[in-house]
Formats: sequence, C-alpha cells, structure tokens
Amino acid sequence: MRDVAIIGVGMIPFGRRDEDSLLDMLAYASLNALDDAGIGKKGVDAVYVANMGAGILQHQTSVASALVDRLGLMPAAADAVENGPASGASAIKNGLLAVASGYYDTVLVAGGEKMREVVGWKATDFVATMTHPEVEYPYGITLPGMAGMFTRLYMAKYGLTHEQLMAVAIKNQKMGTLNPFAHVDMVITKEGIHDSPDAVVNNPVAADPLHFYDMCPVSDGAAAVILCPAEKAKEITKNVPVIIAGFGQATDTHTLQEREDPTDLKAVTLAAEQAFKMAKLTPKDVDVAELHDAFTVLEIAESEHAGFFKKGEGGKAAEKGETGLNGKIPINVSGGLKSRGHPVGATGIAQVVEIVFQLRHALDKKRQVKNAKVGFTLNFGGFGNNVVAFVLRRSE
Amino acid sequence: MGLDMELESVLRAPALEMPPYPAKVITLANGKKMVVRQAKQTEVPVLLKAVRPTMTIEKDFYDIVGARLYAELLGWYRHRVRNEYCLVGQIDGYLVGIVNGRMVDKAIGMSYHTMAIDRGLKIGAHLFAAKMEHHIEYLGQDEVWITAESPIGFRRWMIEYDLIQQEGVQHELGGATSYKLTRDLYFASKARLVAGQRPAPKDLLEFALENLFIADEKAIKEKICGTLGGQR
Repeated sequence: MRDVAIIGVGMIPFGRRDEDSLLDMLAYASLNALDDAGIGKKGVDAVYVANMGAGILQHQTSVASALVDRLGLMPAAADAVENGPASGASAIKNGLLAVASGYYDTVLVAGGEKMREVVGWKATDFVATMTHPEVEYPYGITLPGMAGMFTRLYMAKYGLTHEQLMAVAIKNQKMGTLNPFAHVDMVITKEGIHDSPDAVVNNPVAADPLHFYDMCPVSDGAAAVILCPAEKAKEITKNVPVIIAGFGQATDTHTLQEREDPTDLKAVTLAAEQAFKMAKLTPKDVDVAELHDAFTVLEIAESEHAGFFKKGEGGKAAEKGETGLNGKIPINVSGGLKSRGHPVGATGIAQVVEIVFQLRHALDKKRQVKNAKVGFTLNFGGFGNNVVAFVLRRSE
Repeated sequence: MGLDMELESVLRAPALEMPPYPAKVITLANGKKMVVRQAKQTEVPVLLKAVRPTMTIEKDFYDIVGARLYAELLGWYRHRVRNEYCLVGQIDGYLVGIVNGRMVDKAIGMSYHTMAIDRGLKIGAHLFAAKMEHHIEYLGQDEVWITAESPIGFRRWMIEYDLIQQEGVQHELGGATSYKLTRDLYFASKARLVAGQRPAPKDLLEFALENLFIADEKAIKEKICGTLGGQR
C-alpha cells in the first residue's frame, strides 16, 4: 500500500446559497481544489462524490456522473458515496484506498449538499430518514431528539452541565466569525443565551435539555480534496503535502436502544483507535482536531471517546478553555459544524480541508494553530452507528 | 404650493386616541442591547432612507415588504393613513429593524410589516412580538389581523403563534390569507416569544432617541443578503 497525500483542497462558503444548484456547488469546490493542486482538469483518474440527500431533496441521482460531465473530466471513473452525515469521510476513504492500492494515481473527492431549498422541518425529516425505518422513524424520532436524550443520559452519568455545553457553543460561534467559509457569522454570549431574562426567547429549548444554540444550522455547501501518491506529491504541487497517516471506520447498532450503554459511542472509539494505530500516533500527538459537533454534546462526547480526555472530563476541559485555539487540544477552531454549517454530504470533507489548511500553516494567525503538524478528523454518521476518522500529518 | 387646509381636513381622517408604546430593552444572543421604542412621525424621512435600498432586494421578498413599508410610512408622514404607528429597534443608535401597523378601530388591530435590517439575531421576531404586545397590552385591542408575504413570515407568525385562519376576511395588504391573533393566543405565547425589560435604562433610551443612525446602502444590502452565496 502506498502512502497517500492530499495535494489540493477546495471549499465554498457554506450557508444559504439560493442561486446555486447542488451541481454548481460541487463544481465550484472541485475547481477550487484542482486549482489549488495546480493540476487543472487533466490527469484525474477517478472521482468520488459524497452526497446524502439529492435523491430526496433535489429528486436527482447519479451526482458523480453529473459532476464528471460538468467538469469535463470524462472518461474518469466516477462513483457516488452515501453514508449519511459521514458520506464525506467515507468518500475520502474510498479515494484513499483507490490511490493506496496503486490502481489510480490522481483522485478528486468532492462532497456537497443542498438542504436549504426545503423548509426546516422537511430538512429535519430528511436527516431522520437515516434512523431505523421500523422502530425509530415511524415514531417521529429526529436527530435533535436523539441528541436530547443522549445529552440527558450523559448529564446523568458524567455530570455534564449546561455551562459546559454553552462553552462549546460560544467557542465555536466565535471561531466561525474568523472563518470566511462559515455559515454562521455571529458571536454569542453567555448573557445573551443564558443569563439574561431575554435568553429564554433568544435560546429556547429545542430538544430538552438542548437549546437552539446547541444545534448546528441547516446549510448548503460543498468541499473537495485531491489525492495522489505521497511519493509523487512534490512533483505535482507546490503545496505542502499533507499525508493521510491513518484512517479508521467502525459501525454500531442502527438503533440506540439496542446499545448496552447508549452513552458509549463505541464506533467513535474504534474508528479513532484504528486511525491512530495505523498512523503510529496517539491522541497526545494531535495538534488540532475537527470533531462532528452537529450538537454541542457531541463535541464533548467525541473528544472523550476519541481519546483526548477521559470520560467525564471533556466538558470540564471545554469550560476551562482547553479546547480553544491556544488550549491543550484545539478542537473545531474552524467553528465546527455548529458555525461552519453542516451540509451533510460535504461535512467530512470540509473537516479534512480545514485540517489541511492548518497543517499547511496557511490560515490567519487568529485561527491558525501554531506549528501544527498532526491533525485529526472525526465524521459521525447516524447517531454514532457509522463513524470515520482520519489522522493527517504535515509532510516536511 | 401651499396646502388648502379646508380640503386637507377632509383628506386627513380623524385619528383614534393611541396610547404610547413604552420603550424596552432586549438583550440579544450576542449580548448587545436593542432598544425597542415608538418612532416619532418626524423620524419618518430617516426611516425611509433605510427602507429605500431594500426595494430592489428580491431575496425573502424584501422588495415587496420594502416597497409597501415605504408607502405605509410615507402615508403616515403625509397624514394619509389613519391610526398608524411604527416601532423601531436600535443597537448603539443604529436602526436594525422596523415594524408598523394601525388601529382599525378600538377592538381590531391591523399588522402591516416587519423588516429586519440586521439578520441572524431574531430581530424581526423580537420586533413582531413587540408589535403584538403594543396592540394587545397597550392599545388594549381584542385581536390583531395578520398576513405574511414571505415564507419566513409565515413560519414566524402563523406557526409560532398558532394564529387563527380567518375565512372570508380581507386583510388590508391584499389577497393573501388573513390570520388573527387573539388576546388568549397572545398571552399563551407571551412567555415564549415576547422579550424585553422595562423600564429601558435611561442612558440607552436617551441615546436611541437622540441618535437614529442608519447604515449606508451597501451595508444595509449586505446585512440583509449576507455575504455568503454566489461566491466560488
């Protein structure tokens, strides 16, 4: 197996992009990644496209074939990858394996989702189609609902507090204001979302005990990366190559109630362990991480299950600022899903793009983790039933 | 040309007595304080300057809301709308939102428009709630008639307040379906949807009264349209 490098990355600002189709967004992000790698359209052997909902939301299928045609990349091989909100990282994994195996040399991986052309409850319903079709979905469960129940259990078992959840929300919204690709460009304060008598209106309960500002927004957006063999990276691009040093993927039961302990995100632990083992690194080696904070509680729970903190310590660490830009382990300094947004098919790729920016040392100093060499991403599918993790390393 | 005041007295309908709206201050999610107060008729020219740029923004039906709000405010200023009032939201003196409406009679209020100039902080929702508060609690009316021109308005008003659809009732804003808020519905939603503290701190209120700033046209368009979208 060959080492694989990321030589190009592309993003478009996430948000509400009324004027762009899904294909427009995928094309913009892909072109940005191809430009960034400096390879133009020539020499792309294969394309993997991550998308969860075009069949439902846009009544469109075969988005990979459509993207290849839009970009004029024929006759490149093209596949769409659907793995719920972990589609992005799954698509990168497929591209990684294709290059590592020696079968393809240059692979474009793009991911996108257009969720804002339906009203909010329809978007929530679309996301809920990933739940069990017989014992969860028909009873009206939604992902915010699951997150609310999970939070309640986590509070009971580990002493997680509202203040700790708020610390995540406030940090990520602040960092989002520094990220030009972020959907939400607005700081929030403890006074505004909790302390003030007006906070009950500003920040209502959404899925008890989670409030409005514990949730990520519904977003449109796309992101892309270009992969090639590490040994050829420096011949192809002037960018500092970033090596995919390790990956892991694990699954868990489809339904939450079948888990022995619903607060135990086993797939997160296993995916992270696999990725660190392959990279021959540990969580202590990580300089910057992007975790899947669709809900504030997930950033805390994942930070513990991935090995950055002991169980029950992640919330305290967030409250103490240890996950901030200058903290012990900076987490989601992009703003995370909470602020950058969560166009589900794009998210796993956007996380990797962010880490590549960090490892290239290409960001403004207000958001750059100083001298970052190793990064980690975790893309969380379902409610933890399909999780993909990467360890990325700057190539010196 | 001077006004013929004899004719003018015919054209100007007599107004009902309208108790004033007491100013309040809302702490927004970002910690900023928004003063919500009743606008003075003499401030209308400044308000029109803020509304004018929105009349070319198609997004979220700002063009329709802007054009109609402009006409309503102008009508109030030139004494061609009866019993109209306008509430404004200001942060650090800057105008961030406008709502208006009028009394049809002592019992019925007619909600006109809600325009948020700064977005993402529930300013429109807070100001709409203030408008309902004015009709029910200060003007003492029994119900408010409401319609929506944008999906956002429909979601914010009709769904969040669980408004009652009125068959065969004509809202003054045209042919769209009319809904109504009753006193019972208002008080059922008040704790959840109506924010603000009274009395407004003297320094904040005085500053807002003395300084009604409006952003420049470019900033107003950016705040409404956002900087996202349409960029590679």
